[in-house]
Amino acid sequence: MNNELSAIEKTVLSDYKYGFVTEIEADEAPPGLNEDTIRFISAKKNEPEWMLEWRLKAYKHWLKMEEPTWANIKYDKINYQDIIYYSAPKQKKKVNSLDEIDPELRKTFERLGISLDEQKRLSGVAIDAVIDSVSIGTTFKEQLAELGIIFCSISEAIQEHPELVKKYIGSVVPITDNYFSALNSAVFSDGSFCYIPKGVRCPMELSTYFRINAEGTGQFERTLLIADEGSYVSYLEGCTAPIRDENQLHAAVVELIAMENAEIKYSTVQNWYPGDKDGVGGIYNFVTKRGICQGAHSKISWTQVETGSSITWKYPSVILKGDYSVGEFYSVAVTNNHQQADTGTKMMHLGKNTRSRIVSKGISAGVSNNSYRGLVHVGKNAANARNFSQCDSLLLGDKCGAHTFPYIEVKNNTGVVEHEATTSKIGEDQIFYCNQRGIDTETAVALIINGFAKEVMNQLPMEFAVEAQKLLAISLEGSVG
Amino acid sequence: MNNLEYIKERFNQLPSVNDLNGLGVIRQKAFEALNNMGIPTTRHEEWKYTRIGSFFNKEYQYQANQSAVSAADLAAIRLPGYEQANELFYINGRYSAELSVIRSKGLTVQFLQEAARNEYKDIVSKHLGHSSNYLKDGINALSTAFVQDGLFVHVKKGQIVEHPIYIYNITDARQANVLAQPRTLVYVGENAQVKFVETFNTLGTQESFTNRVIEIVVEKDAITEYYKIQTDASHASQVATTHIQQIGKSSTHTVTVSLNSGLVRNNLNIVLDEQYCEAHLYGIYLQQGQSHIDNHTVVDHAKPNCESNELYKGMLDDQSTGVFNGKIFVRQDAQKTNAYQSNKNVLLSEGASVNTKPQLEIFADDVKCSHGCTIGQLDEESLFYLRSRGISESIARSLLLHGFAVDILEQIKLTPIREYVDKLISERLEFEFA
Repeated sequence: MNNELSAIEKTVLSDYKYGFVTEIEADEAPPGLNEDTIRFISAKKNEPEWMLEWRLKAYKHWLKMEEPTWANIKYDKINYQDIIYYSAPKQKKKVNSLDEIDPELRKTFERLGISLDEQKRLSGVAIDAVIDSVSIGTTFKEQLAELGIIFCSISEAIQEHPELVKKYIGSVVPITDNYFSALNSAVFSDGSFCYIPKGVRCPMELSTYFRINAEGTGQFERTLLIADEGSYVSYLEGCTAPIRDENQLHAAVVELIAMENAEIKYSTVQNWYPGDKDGVGGIYNFVTKRGICQGAHSKISWTQVETGSSITWKYPSVILKGDYSVGEFYSVAVTNNHQQADTGTKMMHLGKNTRSRIVSKGISAGVSNNSYRGLVHVGKNAANARNFSQCDSLLLGDKCGAHTFPYIEVKNNTGVVEHEATTSKIGEDQIFYCNQRGIDTETAVALIINGFAKEVMNQLPMEFAVEAQKLLAISLEGSVG
Repeated sequence: MNNLEYIKERFNQLPSVNDLNGLGVIRQKAFEALNNMGIPTTRHEEWKYTRIGSFFNKEYQYQANQSAVSAADLAAIRLPGYEQANELFYINGRYSAELSVIRSKGLTVQFLQEAARNEYKDIVSKHLGHSSNYLKDGINALSTAFVQDGLFVHVKKGQIVEHPIYIYNITDARQANVLAQPRTLVYVGENAQVKFVETFNTLGTQESFTNRVIEIVVEKDAITEYYKIQTDASHASQVATTHIQQIGKSSTHTVTVSLNSGLVRNNLNIVLDEQYCEAHLYGIYLQQGQSHIDNHTVVDHAKPNCESNELYKGMLDDQSTGVFNGKIFVRQDAQKTNAYQSNKNVLLSEGASVNTKPQLEIFADDVKCSHGCTIGQLDEESLFYLRSRGISESIARSLLLHGFAVDILEQIKLTPIREYVDKLISERLEFEFA
């Protein structure tokens, strides 16, 4: 056992392989936040007047708000005046085809294992890549357009489909919602926009890839996804950032809208730089994600694998407004070294016969803290609502913490809500069983962790599942003897 | 003048504030804490679902005349088996030595004011007010600020108290609204055994608000049972804090029964402060009308090798609301902890609601902890089974609900008290079990 302990002690994060910096000249706003910054961003994007007004309204509201302190996380106060709110890779004005993209940029994405090239046709994934603050290219646009699917950057959508953006932006996460979403509403610089028309089943996975590259910047992207009646879409999201010893802020907002009979599947593999083993640097990931099941029989499913970020503050939620709508939340959150995660979900049952399911798996190692915070709310009129929640925590090492804060509010007597949670460590008998069959301890641990997280991993699309599994192993490498 | 101002004025009138040798220091500190924190609002995380502010906007008399309680009043509220019990009476929050009966020899019962000066002063100074480490709000501070009227109960080393100790909290609200603040410190010595049963009764039709705090210190090898039975009137509300500190390897067993009231908030804290402690917490609540029941429990596993087991069950009818908040802390060195927690609720009517939050905070890895909670209705199939055997729907429902409650009833080990509570529950379920 002594061996094992020392192995835990010497816990070293395996190399963060996405930690390189690309030398690209960037077009930046001066650091600091005031109305001029917002006007600068809006002008850069050539935005219509209503968008600027909306941003300024959010900014004014943000000034009145206070940074939330209720989450189970600790960090030094963020100086919002030190952050660069707009940073765009300098390149030619307008790209017509992917070949025109800065070769440096393309190399970056190739190193990240994402090629914007045609090769991806084989895997059938359409990608919108966002570097720092700006969307640099969207693949398969034409092919999707044939089906009437709009998939582009949000700046482009503001120009070309203002009526859709105007109608839906802020409808799920209003500008007054919370501190970070208000900030995002004021300064968001880009993000993805997607609209699936009535009755269309999106033939390929849509994907956004986020990367923070420049120093001292914050990334504030905004994603808006609308699935019209009877449509289906599966959406993937991935994130990385270079290694720096400062903390960078990432405050994104994602809004999903599912109409009658529509289904949205949203998967995230979040691998922002988590900081080094002493907790220096890393991304503050303060994200607001929320979907609304607007129509009857609609479904929204969130799947997330959270391995990165020094701090994660994230609660992908579903408002179950339509009758017979379904919300799902599958999560694996891994914290190692000094990482902190406070993540979970909210299921707001408002319509009749709504169902939700929550499966959350937390793995803590090193001196990290991992919290599940969730709310299941059954409203007065939500007859026959059904929820099942399961939160399991696995502790690796005796210096980490696992916490559960499930809030359950039931105001209708026909609702059935169940919640269960367990906390445990990997049993010596389990390890022994594997050892006995010739599996060494390290592999055995990986095996058990994979089994622990399998229920969630199974929900990921194929391409992501493989990567996520590898990520899981890398994140915890060296943390168990 | 609102009640809080009135209370503060009362505090300043009391003489012993300047008495620094006795309880003066702790009272002064608590009073400052009360001034700083105020009465908790729903913005306070621990009071998110329970509003008590309204009790402090009305006028409540503090410590009305206590002689008005007659023998007939007492006869009506005595618990079964009282002939064999030690009885402690609190009238409007103040211990009444005249009415109380101590049957067990060697059991010491005295005012805290005295205990703070005599041979027990070390115990008092060490343990009185320990609950404020866990309850950081003005309502706990309010109790401590008036602690001079409190009582000290000492169970000496090795004493097995055969007669249970019945604690009656009587609020005489026949003339005016009353605020009562019964306060007790119990010390259970090494190898001692003791059982408590506590009830609450409001006389008259005016409103009463009881802010009761009992702190129990349990020494090595001691066994303590505590039954809190609450069946007061709907114009009676209370915040009841039971704080148990197990400072030696010991065993505690608590059952909290809440059957009727205006608003009831139960704080039950158990601190497992030594290795190999064992704690069992059970609770049942059956609410109707507009009543509000809030059970907040904290089990703090501060040392390794302890075990805790918690089960709370609730039935909510009419417009009643139920709140359950169960916290389990497992500290970093509390390895080999076993902690279980479960909360089950049945919603019986359209207007009833429940808010529950089973919370785990775990800092040690070699532990087995789990919690679960359910909210639902009576099982349709079970109902059908009974109906198909010719049992009417109302009886079938009562039977099933009674069955639901039995898990908790079984945990009341004092037979007369168990039968008494069973009867109360059965009556409430409109069903007589012959």
